[in-house]
Amino acid sequence: MTAASLETTKAALTADNIMVRFGGLVAVKGVTFTIPDQSIVSLIGPNGAGKTTFFNVLTGLYRPTTGTVKLGELDITGQSPHKIASLGLGRTFQNIRLFGLMTAAENVMVAMHSHTTSNILQIVGRTRHQRREEKDSREFAQEMLDFVGIGRHADEYARNLSYGDQRRLEVARALALRPQVLLLDEPTAGMNPQESAVFVDFVHRVRDEQKVSVLLIEHDMSVVMRVSERITVLDQGEKIAEGGPDDIRNNPRVVEAYLGRTGTEGSAR
Amino acid sequence: MSVRAPEVVSSKPKSDLAANHTRKWALWFAGIAIAGWLFYTFLVPNLGSGPQLFIRQWMPLGSINEALVWVICAVGLNIVVGYAGLLDLGFVAFWAIGGYTAGWIMSTFFNQIENGFYFLSAAPPNQPGIHINWWIVLIVAGCVCAFSGIIIGAPTLRLKSDYLALVTLGFGEIIPQVFLNGENIAGFNFTNGAKGIAPLDPVAALPFGPATVAIGNAQIAISKPLGPFDVTAKYAMFVLVAAFAVFVSLRIREGRLGRAWLAIREDELAASMMGVPLMQSKLAAYAVGAFMGGLGGVVYAVHNNSVFADRFNFSISIILLAMVVLGGMGNVWGVIVGALLLAWFNSTGLPQFGSSFNSQFGTDINFPSFNYLIFGAILVLMMLFRREGLFPETRTRQVLQEAERSDAEELDGGEA
Repeated sequence: MTAASLETTKAALTADNIMVRFGGLVAVKGVTFTIPDQSIVSLIGPNGAGKTTFFNVLTGLYRPTTGTVKLGELDITGQSPHKIASLGLGRTFQNIRLFGLMTAAENVMVAMHSHTTSNILQIVGRTRHQRREEKDSREFAQEMLDFVGIGRHADEYARNLSYGDQRRLEVARALALRPQVLLLDEPTAGMNPQESAVFVDFVHRVRDEQKVSVLLIEHDMSVVMRVSERITVLDQGEKIAEGGPDDIRNNPRVVEAYLGRTGTEGSAR
Repeated sequence: MSVRAPEVVSSKPKSDLAANHTRKWALWFAGIAIAGWLFYTFLVPNLGSGPQLFIRQWMPLGSINEALVWVICAVGLNIVVGYAGLLDLGFVAFWAIGGYTAGWIMSTFFNQIENGFYFLSAAPPNQPGIHINWWIVLIVAGCVCAFSGIIIGAPTLRLKSDYLALVTLGFGEIIPQVFLNGENIAGFNFTNGAKGIAPLDPVAALPFGPATVAIGNAQIAISKPLGPFDVTAKYAMFVLVAAFAVFVSLRIREGRLGRAWLAIREDELAASMMGVPLMQSKLAAYAVGAFMGGLGGVVYAVHNNSVFADRFNFSISIILLAMVVLGGMGNVWGVIVGALLLAWFNSTGLPQFGSSFNSQFGTDINFPSFNYLIFGAILVLMMLFRREGLFPETRTRQVLQEAERSDAEELDGGEA
């Protein structure tokens, strides 16, 4: 898919003219941004560019001062995070935030909360509905764990998994929300080049097999350039460029604002 | 730092192991409860006066019954504190509401109803007031408390950890005060103030059937209204209520709600990002905990045959919390052991030890007055040497005894 053809497909997520103000400080200044359906999009920018703030607006942690966020056709601006998550926005965290003292399978099953319905009486009474729901949840969790490749660790506490497996578990957990959009916050932080390369393939597989759109915040330019179909660059709260990897690589404003600052990384292959 | 290598592939799923573990503990407790009943019903009356005196001094059934009240409430508090990780310093409020609900609907208190309203009650006929069968009162009081829990929780649960603790502390003070001063609310006597509500209706195991059944030389009360000395029958009924509370808290932890609570306890923000509604789940924890507080309140009122506002003081909340912490936060079985130990120690163990000590050495030390000092010392020692409690939850044992794998690997610069 080329960047041009993406413009015409329908959007999985649309952020329109988002502004976030903290007191006198404007962290995000009127950013408009779309994630086309089943695409892989990256959000980059130097530290302090407002990437994380923007991310938090999408997931409902911050209410934007102005602007709207739409998931598909649905306006989710200012909804609470759990509501937005249940409507189909899954995310992972920059510094892994698993439920450490729950098993891998339980971690995934937590994310299925909004897709299950048993109430207190049904749980205590262990009705047929509740038992079937539990069984289905467990099977689906196992399926998700198998999908990300850690199925044999289903009964391990999340805190005992290796770093790489924890990252995978976070993706499995987010996928259990059955999201339309998956937000990955610096997913390759702490990975070596080989692991990052494997990860790029993994992201493609997630998109293709789980039919989700993926938004990454990422610092590793080689990953960004290889994985993204479209890249949006933020600097000081403003969108300064948007386009395919080649456009971004050659965009003078981007080089000046971002790639230029980090020197050698600017010549990213 | 040495780290025990985590076992990578378990031979059995953890859920199976946990189920076995639960079954083992449940059988133990049921066995002990039944053995206790048999012991006090059949064996104790036939013992010589020496052993009988010893048992009456060190293990009176009355104090065991009171300990069961503590068990019920501690199991309820464990849902709030242990499962969902919400620090509640005002649990006595629910205990009081449950007690007063019992006082209202199973006594002559509302004497405006002159001919009395009876429903399957063991109370003597033709008395004014409301007289409901006590098993139904349990459910009513539980529901009243769950509802109060939601009312109290809705504004307070928006607060985070320490602030939540402070506000619950406030409610734990306010509600007993309301009962203490509720004898004239707009001209209506709600609570009888400091005079309290006494006596309550006598309770019976069943509302119908023969009064008693003889087994050997023991009379087992069936529909006989129980008096203050029918402690064995009350023991059996209180054990059933406690078993119900334990059953509910074990079952509820297995499902989606239990997982949501654990997730909130582990990482609230991440839980909300995974679609767990924080307010709703926390309120559910509060309501279920309060329900059990209500059960405890009714059982306590029946045990004492009265309800007095000044009994519901702050120290009850603290002792309950100490029971949960001592037993092992989050593990129902540990909490039961903690509650039984502390309640027995407080009501019987310490005074008895004191009087034996005093008569042995001719001293005149008022041992029971040192109970809080001793509690404090126990808690400090626990924090120093066994932070996870006597019988910790498997999960918690992990966190307190082993380093987190990623932390340890960062230390030796291993693969990050």
